[in-house]
Amino acid sequence: MKATLKANAVWLGVMILGFVAIDTAELVGVVNPFIENMLVTIGINVILATGLNLIIGFSGQFSLGHAGFMAVGAYATGIITQSIATPLGFYLSMMVGIVVAIIAALIVGMPTLRLRGDYLAIATMGAAEIIRILINNLKITNGAAGLFNIPALASWTTVYTLMCVTTIVTVNFIHSRGGRAVMAIREDEIAAEAMGINTTRWKLAAFVFGAATAAIGGSLHAAYIQTIAPNDFNIMASIAILIIVVLGGVGSITGTFVAAIVLGVLDTILQNFGTLRMIIYSLALILIMIFKPTGLLGNWELSFKRLNHHKEASAHE
Amino acid sequence: MQTIGQQLINGLSLGSIYALLALGYTMVYGIIKLINFAHGDIYMLGAFWGYYVINVLHVNFIVALLSAMVFCALVGVVIEAVAYRPLRHSPRITALITAIGVSFLLENGMSYLFTANTRNFPQVIKTTTWHFAGMHISNIQVLILGTACLLMLILELIIKRTKMGKAMRAVSVDPTAAQLVGINLNHTISFTFALGSAMAGAAGVLIGLYYNSIDPLMGMTPGIKAFVAAVIGGIGSVPGASLGGFIIGLLETGVQAIGLSAYKDAVVYVVLIVILLVLPAGIFGKNVKEKV
Repeated sequence: MKATLKANAVWLGVMILGFVAIDTAELVGVVNPFIENMLVTIGINVILATGLNLIIGFSGQFSLGHAGFMAVGAYATGIITQSIATPLGFYLSMMVGIVVAIIAALIVGMPTLRLRGDYLAIATMGAAEIIRILINNLKITNGAAGLFNIPALASWTTVYTLMCVTTIVTVNFIHSRGGRAVMAIREDEIAAEAMGINTTRWKLAAFVFGAATAAIGGSLHAAYIQTIAPNDFNIMASIAILIIVVLGGVGSITGTFVAAIVLGVLDTILQNFGTLRMIIYSLALILIMIFKPTGLLGNWELSFKRLNHHKEASAHE
Repeated sequence: MQTIGQQLINGLSLGSIYALLALGYTMVYGIIKLINFAHGDIYMLGAFWGYYVINVLHVNFIVALLSAMVFCALVGVVIEAVAYRPLRHSPRITALITAIGVSFLLENGMSYLFTANTRNFPQVIKTTTWHFAGMHISNIQVLILGTACLLMLILELIIKRTKMGKAMRAVSVDPTAAQLVGINLNHTISFTFALGSAMAGAAGVLIGLYYNSIDPLMGMTPGIKAFVAAVIGGIGSVPGASLGGFIIGLLETGVQAIGLSAYKDAVVYVVLIVILLVLPAGIFGKNVKEKV
């Protein structure tokens, strides 16, 4: 318990340091609006991918419908902040988005989480597409044209803070009793059930948790980009988040950060290449997967707790 | 009655395209447990091959169809050897991401080399429409349905009656045991990719003829729908894939006919989820019990 608290405190310190670093860079002028846009995209992708990594990497359930829950959060913010254009309205809309996403995840997850592997992937993909098609045809969401002129209520500080909060909460969930239950299900569902773990409940918990973080990511996306359309949340969007998770290493939150940063920077650099951009991107993807099949970091995790253990162990010697 | 008959015919011709594509998905999945995301793009390559040989070399329909099948079979074998073979013992999600990468590469490579414009597919066969009991049936529809059924029949014969087909079935049951009785794993998997890709190539030429327009991104949506068809039919099962393809085709045209075309994809996914909940392994899939 004490060690966990200590590790959390250290991480908080790291996060504040990161904040100060970016803030100074912004004041000095190193970070222009172009780079700030890149940083925000990376931050939102980290939020989305950590949630998906919890579902895929830690509970072992293959979901391909993350963008659907992101759409729920984005549209909640888009619709609500157009009438209440205050920061309070933004947080209220985010809450609404989270609640709706949780309800949607329960409706989708309760029946489909009985399915395994690729069947689950295809069912969640279908569910996300159904959400997108509904948004595409509803009046309140302005159909295929989408919403624009959404008030700019999220700055990079909001994104950064929420990225830190969701990561800390996710990591602490993974290290809790629930997290161990979820990982036991990933390793062997039957053995976990024999140990008395309610597998359906914990699978659903991880799925709902992931959906809630996706809604947060969606809210931030809507409030920062200020324009959303149903097509921003299609299967390709779900796949883009999946790529971050797998590229970083399934089951490594550190890897998710690294992959989100690598892909964000790569994307910014490749902007200059025009049409060649996607060709280079896809080649990079194939080559990394062939030569590093477990992702950039595998399941390696940066942990101050472990560093501490190492120090104590060497002190005892 | 007439509209029902009409929609039935439209649905069957669209469904046979999905069925041809679904066969590739189901065979590849059955043998190496990979969702081959690039399959829809092989179908796109088939359509483009047909476009070029008809426009540049002025060949007839049969030659275009057969050469597109051969070309796509080669592309499928090359993709498997270069991108999927090194990953055969990696986590399955890695192979899936590689397949997505290959799909992006084919789509964007084609857009880069030949521009992303939509092209009119040359009409090598003059469309004639027959009126029969108040329904409109075009010769293209009959051709699509006939070619698709013929190809499925040939495929079924290859899988059931030839030595290679027997090897394919053996590998899909147990790759290790198949190797022990002297089956060459690499040859069998290459052959499976060749067969599946040839079907996709044929589907590409047929859809070009039917819809009259092709573009480098045309494979994305049909690819995903064909995979859904394969899952509905029971992935790994060849008759299941054909049945699933026809179900999706009929469903889509049916929903469109009753005026809900905006929701046609949603209905397909709802049916998918319902079928998976009732029959978790699809209609013809074997439900394998997990042993402790």
